[in-house]
Amino acid sequence: MTSWLLDGLVVFMLLATAVSVLASRSLFRAVVMFIAFGMLMALAWVRLQAPDIALAEAAIGAGLTGVLLLDAVAHFRRGPDKERGGAS
Amino acid sequence: MSVHLLYAFAGAGVFTIGLFGMVFMVHLLRKLLAFNLMGSGTFLVLVGLAQHRNGVDPVPQALVLTGIVVAIAATALALVLIRRYFHLTGQVTLEPGSRDDEGHS
Amino acid sequence: MRLAAVLVLCAVFAMALVGTVWQIAGQPVGGTLPETVADAMADSGVDHPVTAVLLNFRSYDTLLEIGVLVIAAIAGISMARLPSLEDPELRTHDSLLHALQRWFLPLMWLVAGYLLWAGAVQPGGAFQAGAVLAGTGVLMRLGGMPMNFLQPRLLLRVGLALGFAVFLLVAVVSAAGGDAFLAYPEGMAKPLILLIEIFLTLSIAMVLLSLFVAAPVNDAREPAEGESE
Repeated sequence: MTSWLLDGLVVFMLLATAVSVLASRSLFRAVVMFIAFGMLMALAWVRLQAPDIALAEAAIGAGLTGVLLLDAVAHFRRGPDKERGGAS
Repeated sequence: MSVHLLYAFAGAGVFTIGLFGMVFMVHLLRKLLAFNLMGSGTFLVLVGLAQHRNGVDPVPQALVLTGIVVAIAATALALVLIRRYFHLTGQVTLEPGSRDDEGHS
Repeated sequence: MRLAAVLVLCAVFAMALVGTVWQIAGQPVGGTLPETVADAMADSGVDHPVTAVLLNFRSYDTLLEIGVLVIAAIAGISMARLPSLEDPELRTHDSLLHALQRWFLPLMWLVAGYLLWAGAVQPGGAFQAGAVLAGTGVLMRLGGMPMNFLQPRLLLRVGLALGFAVFLLVAVVSAAGGDAFLAYPEGMAKPLILLIEIFLTLSIAMVLLSLFVAAPVNDAREPAEGESE
């Protein structure tokens, strides 16, 4: 029973973060939600008894994708013609 | 109804959400995020459905592991292209004349 | 109006998808893949089923996958301008990061090495180790450590192609020896898999890292723009 509650919670959170990735107005917020989604995916893989995929998802989905996307968001904020400027 | 099947249905839901974003959103970065959601949903369906029928199955797990690494490489390449496009045109959508919704003043 | 149309379309699609999943889930079990894998494990040279599938039973997929990664890296690098990796503008001026780096970097290298080694008997392997190694590289880059090997010269090209080349070499040599393409010779499976995994790890880390490096620098300077700053 407890495990069903846990699985239900993980699935609900997966769907909720997936919706909020698209629904959040600010791009930064969307990316943060996407990182949270990646962490929840890692949790889901553990529940699916796939620890290999959970390891890869935690390292890639949460770590590398997050850095890449946040970097891109910062670039879009600065604008196309002043990325050498101070404001980051 | 097993746990694996529950996650397979969750994967179907995530895929649909991603599909909606892919079709409806205009901002290229949001399209990319939605595309990644679609990928994650596919992986969940693949592993969940196979394991619901066969028990713990290393073959779909290995396939999904390969898929995740290819997906991150594709995402990184897409980001390079989007940023280049933004640098050259000042736009973040493919629709002519519209500016991005992020409003960089 | 457009929103409603897309919503209806997605709802119809979702219902079809859920129905299909439900129907497939209800069918009697057809395949016996896990049993097949378990029966063949003794010949695979490793003790972890996922690693055995990745690098022995379905190594063709893995070979093509590293090929795809190399192509993505080449495309990303060709988009980029890499004026100077030591550009101080690109560094994070964060003293906390600098302080933590000295503690984290050796630890992360250790974790990557352990993951690679552990892949033979338990969860872990080339992909996870490569991802951790790439993360280490990103951390080094943000802290402004010298990483001259990422300049598009010989060293970068060799590093990118090494995993694919070694994999292909092993495949071709075993094929020339009379076996099937990508079949390891009798008794040599374990050392060959380990060799391939080491180079795969290096190449995967190089690919991901070079794509990360290519992304921010490409917009750095068009020749036409003023360089007054």
